[in-house]
Amino acid sequence: MTVNDMTFKIGGEAGQGVESTGRGFAKALVRGGLHIFGLQDYHSRIRGGHNFYQIRAANHDIFSHDERVHLLLALTKVAIEEHADEVVSGGGIIYDPALSVDETDLAGKQARAFPVPLEQIAVDEGGSKVMANTAAIGAAAGLTGFDMDVISGVIRDNFGRKGPKVVDANLKVAAAARRFVEEKFGDSFPFKLKKIEGPPRMLISGNEALSLGALMAGCKFVAGYPMTPGSPILEWLSVHSEEWGIVIKHSEDELAAVNMAIGAGQMGVRAMAPTSGGGFALMVEGMGLAGLCEVPIVLVNVQRPGPATGLATRHEQGDLLFMIYATQGEFPRIVLAPGTIEQCFEAGYRAFNLAEKFQTPALIISDAFLAHSPRALDMDALDFDVPIDRGALLSDAELDNLAERYKRHRDTESGVSPRALPGHPNAVYSSASDEHDEYGLICEDAVVRIQQDAKRMRKLETARAEIKAPLRYGPPEAELTFLTWGSTVGPLRMAVDLLNAEGKSANIVQIMDIWPLPIEKVTAALQGANKLICVEQNYTGQLATLVRAYTGIKVDGLINKYDGRPMSPEYILARLKEVT
Amino acid sequence: MVTAKDYSSPVRPTWCIGCGNFGIWNSLKKALAQVGLAPHEVMLISGIGCGSKLPDYTTANGFLTLHGRTLAVATGARLANHGLKVICTHGDGDGYGEGGNHFVSAVRRNIGIVDIVQNNRVYGLTKGQYSPTSPQGFVTRTSPQGAIEQTFNPLAVALAAGGTFISRGWSADIEHLTWLITEALGHRGYALVDVLQPCVTFNRRYSYDWLRPRIYKVEDEAGYDPSDRAAAFAKAQEWGERIPLGIIYRTESQPAYEEQVPALEAGPLVKQPLCTKTPEEYEVLKQEYL
Repeated sequence: MTVNDMTFKIGGEAGQGVESTGRGFAKALVRGGLHIFGLQDYHSRIRGGHNFYQIRAANHDIFSHDERVHLLLALTKVAIEEHADEVVSGGGIIYDPALSVDETDLAGKQARAFPVPLEQIAVDEGGSKVMANTAAIGAAAGLTGFDMDVISGVIRDNFGRKGPKVVDANLKVAAAARRFVEEKFGDSFPFKLKKIEGPPRMLISGNEALSLGALMAGCKFVAGYPMTPGSPILEWLSVHSEEWGIVIKHSEDELAAVNMAIGAGQMGVRAMAPTSGGGFALMVEGMGLAGLCEVPIVLVNVQRPGPATGLATRHEQGDLLFMIYATQGEFPRIVLAPGTIEQCFEAGYRAFNLAEKFQTPALIISDAFLAHSPRALDMDALDFDVPIDRGALLSDAELDNLAERYKRHRDTESGVSPRALPGHPNAVYSSASDEHDEYGLICEDAVVRIQQDAKRMRKLETARAEIKAPLRYGPPEAELTFLTWGSTVGPLRMAVDLLNAEGKSANIVQIMDIWPLPIEKVTAALQGANKLICVEQNYTGQLATLVRAYTGIKVDGLINKYDGRPMSPEYILARLKEVT
Repeated sequence: MVTAKDYSSPVRPTWCIGCGNFGIWNSLKKALAQVGLAPHEVMLISGIGCGSKLPDYTTANGFLTLHGRTLAVATGARLANHGLKVICTHGDGDGYGEGGNHFVSAVRRNIGIVDIVQNNRVYGLTKGQYSPTSPQGFVTRTSPQGAIEQTFNPLAVALAAGGTFISRGWSADIEHLTWLITEALGHRGYALVDVLQPCVTFNRRYSYDWLRPRIYKVEDEAGYDPSDRAAAFAKAQEWGERIPLGIIYRTESQPAYEEQVPALEAGPLVKQPLCTKTPEEYEVLKQEYL
C-alpha cells in the first residue's frame, strides 16, 4: 500500500466539468494537509473535445506533474483510450458502465477497472445527471480512503451559492457513490490518500499569484483585451477592482490596452497590460512610445505556442527573444521570467518597482503551464508586505521649490531623470514621441539625439548592475548543470531530485531576471559547470542562444519540446540520455 | 486670471503660412483662457501629423504620442487623473484612419475627453496622400486614379456610436470655434469637435474659397434642436452646397465613463495611495485559496 504519493487524473469533454471536478478534488486534498500540483489540458473549444485535469498529491512540496497515473476518472470512452496506458501497475480506472466500455479492451491494461454507475447513483439519490461528477469525487474518495468530511466541506463551499437543496443533494450523491465503491470493491485499491494535520495552505496558480503581486505593488490601472492564457489576470483584477480600488479597462484591442496603460503611467499611476504573445505583438508599437518618453508601464505576456493563433490553450516558451528584442529602434527594458508560483508573485510586484525606478517598460514573461497549474502553497509563501520603490519621483514639496525650468528628460549619470507628474504649476512640460531635448520638446539636433539616446540606454547598464543573479537549485557543485528559465524549472526540479536520489549529482541555474542579462552573474553561475544542458520549451533554444551571445558560454546540449504540452520529469530524463 | 498668453510658448510652429492649424491653435488657447483653466490643469494629448505638433508649441502639460493612438493614451490619462482636463488634438488620418477603432470606442464609452480633430481631408506631414475624409475620386500620390472609398463621415459615425456631443467647427472662424471649444470643455463626456481646416499645400481643392460660401451655423437656423437625434442624423448627412457648423448633437443626460467607475469615487486615481489598506487587511485575499 502506498500512502499520499499518487496522481489522480480526470478526463472528459469540454462542458462535462473536468476542470471544476479536478479543482474541487485538488482543493479537498490541500485542505486535507497534502501538497498537490495540478495540470490542466484543454482545447480551444467550449463543448466536446478531450480535456483532462491531473492532480499529483504528496506529503511534500511538489513542483510539477509526472507521467504516472494511479487513478483515472474517465468521463468518456476517449478518456480511457487516451490515458489507460498511463495508469501504473495496481492503479485503476473509474468509469460509468453506461459508457459501454469494452471490458476486454481493459483486460490487456495494467489498470484495474472500477465501473461505477455514476449517473445512476446521482439520479437515484434524487440529484440530476450533472451530479455524476460529484458521484465521481465520492467514488475516488472511497477508493483512496480519503476523509469524507473534507470532501463534504468542499462540496458545501462549491455549491453553497446555489442553495441548501443543491448542497444536500450533492452531499448525498457523494456519500452514496462512496458507499457503492466500498461495498463493491472493499479496500482493494493500493494507493491511499490520508488526511494529515498541518498548517492551512493555499491552492493557487501563477496567474493568480501574479495578480496578487501586482495588487500589492499598488497597481491601480489595468487595461487588456482577452487572450488565452493571459485573460485570467485581467479577470482576476476586474473581480477585485471595486474592493481594492483598481480601474480596469477592457479595451477595444491590445493597441489600445498598451496605450491606455501608457496614458495612466504618464500621469503617475502604476499601470499594467496583461496579454499573451499575439497581443504582445500588437503592443510592441506602444512599448516603443513608453521607451522613448520614459513612461513606466508593466506588460505581461503569458505565452502560448505561436505564431499567429498557434495552439491557443497550450504551452510554449517561444517568445523570450521576442520579448527582449521586439523594438523599432532601441530602448531599455526589463524582462522578468518567473518559473514558480512564488516567483510569479515576486515578479508581479517587482516589475512595478523596476518600471518606475528605470522609467521604462518592465515586462513579465509567463506561460500557459505556469498560468493555470495550481500548486499548494504555505500561507507565508507570499509575503504581502512588499517593498515599494517609486524611483526618482519628485514630491509636491520638491516641485514647490523648483529653482529652474523643469527638464523631464534631464541628462544624468544613471540615465534616470527625476520625474514630475503632470499637474504641478512649476513642472508644466510636454513630452514628445519624436526625439526630444531635455525639456521633452521635439528636436532633431544630432548632439541632442546622442545625448538622449545614450541617456536612455545608460539606464540599461544601471539596471544590469542591480538586477538579481540566477537562482540555483540543488548542490553548488555538480557533474551536471541544467540551465533553464520559466515554468520548465518545475519538472526540471523533479528530474534533478530523481537524479540526485540515484546518486548522480545535478543542479539547476534558473535565470529569472533575464533582461538586461546580468552577464557577469550569469557567467559566474555557469563558468564552473562540468556539463551544461539547457532545458526550454521551444524549438531553437532561445535562452541558450542568449547566454552564448552575451557570455560566450556554449551549452553542451539542449533539451527542448514544442508540442504544446509541458515537459514532465520523465521526458527530461529520457532526453538527457539522448543529449549526453 | 488666466489669459491665452499663458499658453504661448517660445517654440514657433512649423506649419505653412495660411495653415488652418493656426486658427485651431488660437481658438483652443482662447477657449481655455475663457473657461479659466491654467496650463497645469490641462493635459494636451496628440498623435502624429502636422496638427499633432500643437502641444509642442503650447505651454501646457502635453504628450505627443503615436499616430492613431491619441485617444487610447488620453483614455488612460483621463482615468488616471480626472482632475486634469484632457484634450486631444490630432488630424483626420490619426483620428479616423489609424485610430478608427479607438474613435468609435471613445465615443461609445463617453470618456471625458475633448477631441479636436484637425480635419484637412488629406495627409499633410507625409506630403499629400488621401485620407479617410477625402472625397471619392480625390487624386493624390496614393490615389492617382482617384480615391475609390466613400468618404468617412465622422459626425454620422459618432452619432451612430452613441456620441453625446458632436460638433463641427471651421478653422477660419476663431470666434465661433472658440465658443464651440468652450462648450465642449463644459461637456461631461466625450466631446467631438471636428474642425474643417484647409491644407494650403496639399489640398488646394478644398480651400478657404471653396469652403467659405458653403458653411453655415446650425445655431442660426431657426428651429434646429441639437437634442433631436434624428434631426442631428439628417444634419450630419448634409454636405456639398451647404455644410453645417456648430453643435449638431448634444445631450447631457449620459454620465461620463469615469463617473461610473467605482474606484474613482475616492477622487483622481493618481491622488489615491498605492495601497489603500494595510498588508494585514490584504491577507483576507489568501482566504480565497483555502
